[in-house]
Amino acid sequence: MDATLGMAKTTETAGAPLIQSEINHATPVRARDVVVHYGTKQALFGVSIDIPERSVTAFIGPSGCGKSTFLRCINRMNDTIVGCKVTGKIELEGADIYDPSLDVVELRARVGMVFQKPNPFPKSIYDNVAYGPKIHGLAQSKSALDEIVHSSLRKAGLWNEVKDRLNEPGTGLSGGQQQRLCIARAIAVGPEVILMDEPCSALDPIATAIVEELIDELRENYTIVIVTHSMQQAARVSQKTAFFHLGKLIEEGKTEDIFTNPKHKQTQDYITGRIG
Amino acid sequence: MAGYLFLAIVVLATAAYFVGTMSGRRLVPAGGEKVHSLPGYHGLLGAFAVFIPAAIVLLLWLAFQSRIVDIFLVNSLPSTLIEGRGTGQMSLLLSEIRNVAAGVVFSEPVPDVVAAAERLKSFREVSEWIIAALVAVLMLGGFLWVRSQIAVRFRARNAVERVLSGVMVACAGLAILITLAIFFSLLYEAIRFFSVVPPLEFFFGLRWEPQIAIRADQVAGAGAFGAIPVFVGTFLVAAVAMAVATPIGLFTAIYLVEYSSDRFRSIIKPTLEILAGVPTVVYGFFAVLTVAPAIREAGGLIGIVMSPNSALAAGLVMGIMLIPIIASLSDDALRAVPRTMRDGSLAMGATPGETVMKVLVPAAIPGIMGGVLLATSIAIGETMIVAMAAGLIASLTINPLDSVTTVTVQIITLLTGDTEFDSPKTLAAFGLGLVLFLMTLILNVIALTIVKRFREQYD
Repeated sequence: MDATLGMAKTTETAGAPLIQSEINHATPVRARDVVVHYGTKQALFGVSIDIPERSVTAFIGPSGCGKSTFLRCINRMNDTIVGCKVTGKIELEGADIYDPSLDVVELRARVGMVFQKPNPFPKSIYDNVAYGPKIHGLAQSKSALDEIVHSSLRKAGLWNEVKDRLNEPGTGLSGGQQQRLCIARAIAVGPEVILMDEPCSALDPIATAIVEELIDELRENYTIVIVTHSMQQAARVSQKTAFFHLGKLIEEGKTEDIFTNPKHKQTQDYITGRIG
Repeated sequence: MAGYLFLAIVVLATAAYFVGTMSGRRLVPAGGEKVHSLPGYHGLLGAFAVFIPAAIVLLLWLAFQSRIVDIFLVNSLPSTLIEGRGTGQMSLLLSEIRNVAAGVVFSEPVPDVVAAAERLKSFREVSEWIIAALVAVLMLGGFLWVRSQIAVRFRARNAVERVLSGVMVACAGLAILITLAIFFSLLYEAIRFFSVVPPLEFFFGLRWEPQIAIRADQVAGAGAFGAIPVFVGTFLVAAVAMAVATPIGLFTAIYLVEYSSDRFRSIIKPTLEILAGVPTVVYGFFAVLTVAPAIREAGGLIGIVMSPNSALAAGLVMGIMLIPIIASLSDDALRAVPRTMRDGSLAMGATPGETVMKVLVPAAIPGIMGGVLLATSIAIGETMIVAMAAGLIASLTINPLDSVTTVTVQIITLLTGDTEFDSPKTLAAFGLGLVLFLMTLILNVIALTIVKRFREQYD
């Protein structure tokens, strides 16, 4: 609890988050020697990283460096890609998520995901958010379902904008609102970890600022992993940063360390704009 | 004659191409200027100028010359020959004259007819000379025009482009013209039918017994032209077919899109294409020789007596025929749903089945509906299977185990065998045909509208 308070305080000085206690955090997601092949092409070369609880971890790196691939390993979305093979070990709360006895459907309820392009279902705003709770049987009654939908929309900061038009199609919202709807949809299932794959790349600067603010609020309750192309965004929202290059995890550490005092030359080159 | 003329047009157009190309090649640009078009474009334009006007005039002549000659011929006939003849007998007289002119003589013709045949021959000759001269003038004119135009800055390239786009417009417009032509020819015959049988009786009558006597000495029924039983039979067979094809086709598509391995898909897809390519007459055999007896036997086992050519047998086989259409259109519709929808649902922890039923199918439903409606219009218009496997007697029933008849089967029976082209029996076929045409047209328009709206959704 101390830690969260500490973080909340430090992030108020926008742009330079300073977290001292991060190392003490529990690490719900632990990856060891993760290797991914797409067919014969190797996309990841032995990635090992710990994701700290209730904080934002950013993956940065040039296009095709494997950061999205690694993100999609954490909720096994790579399973849906034909020819994709994952080896190594990823643990969620100490349990191997690639264990054959693990139910991938349950895993994905615990590890939610927000995509690059807002992808609301062609259903009403209400039904978009109610989709997850319905399929997982989280609500026993209509009023309980209403409660989940309303609170998820509140947590996603969308409630005031949509409370009068819950029955209108989700695709009718603006891009930024759609992305927050997708975040509300992910929250509604009650995940522990939320993965975000470049969540702001399709948004304008104002919508981006709102979503970034939201991410900062969400970290009070959720462990967040975000892939981003924007180094400024990584610096603004994350506490921990990992730099990927050509399928390898080059460097990871506290965000301010990575950005002010990178240990590796490649990291430095990327941050200063020489590669990428 | 037309054949030789056409050959001449082709040969001269080819010649014009080479002459044009050569003139184009010989162009000498004056200081600093550049020849606008490559020699080939000058040649092509020459060929077009020779070919297109001459060919169009020749086609028009082919289409209308016999009618125009007939008008001259009729006007030249002595009044004694025309008097007291109706349209039917008039056309008999004309064909007799034509036969005589062609040297086919069955009985000794009247001198007036022989004289008319001679006149017909001379009319034809004149008409041929006129067209030959006209074509020659057009070709020469076109050729000379292009010759006079060829110059350093002449934009032959752009002109060829314009001609080509005109040709394409004409080809595309042909489809519309033909649709209209079919519609009006049906309409014309159907109006003749409705002048004999009142539309009210046709559209609301419950008895369909069109086998009336066409000669005075025949024994036949008095005739009844109430089309309701025929339409009910058509819809019954189509409904059975759709009840078979829709679920099987849709589930096939879902399986192919969402579950199947690449290897299995590479087997299923060609198999479906083979199924789509089977001639309907073969489906007809299958219905008559295999499905119908099997159904009858199965019915016998549980004590149901049914007719050998039941609506069920025809509908089942027609349904099998429609599976590939529904499967392939649903497959397209499901594939058109963006991958991000699928990923979004899977990432929420939905199973593939939940994702298909709750996200993909609802998103693709307009496209699927479009496919189903197209298949329905095919089912309503399908002829061969029902002609072989369905019945001939129009009974008003919605029991699929009974024998029913369909619109297409009735049209075939009305138009084959001994027919007379102004008896209501024959004309009834056109009434049915018009309604069938309109029904499938409306279904197609609805289906295409739905499919189109669906396409716009994700673009």
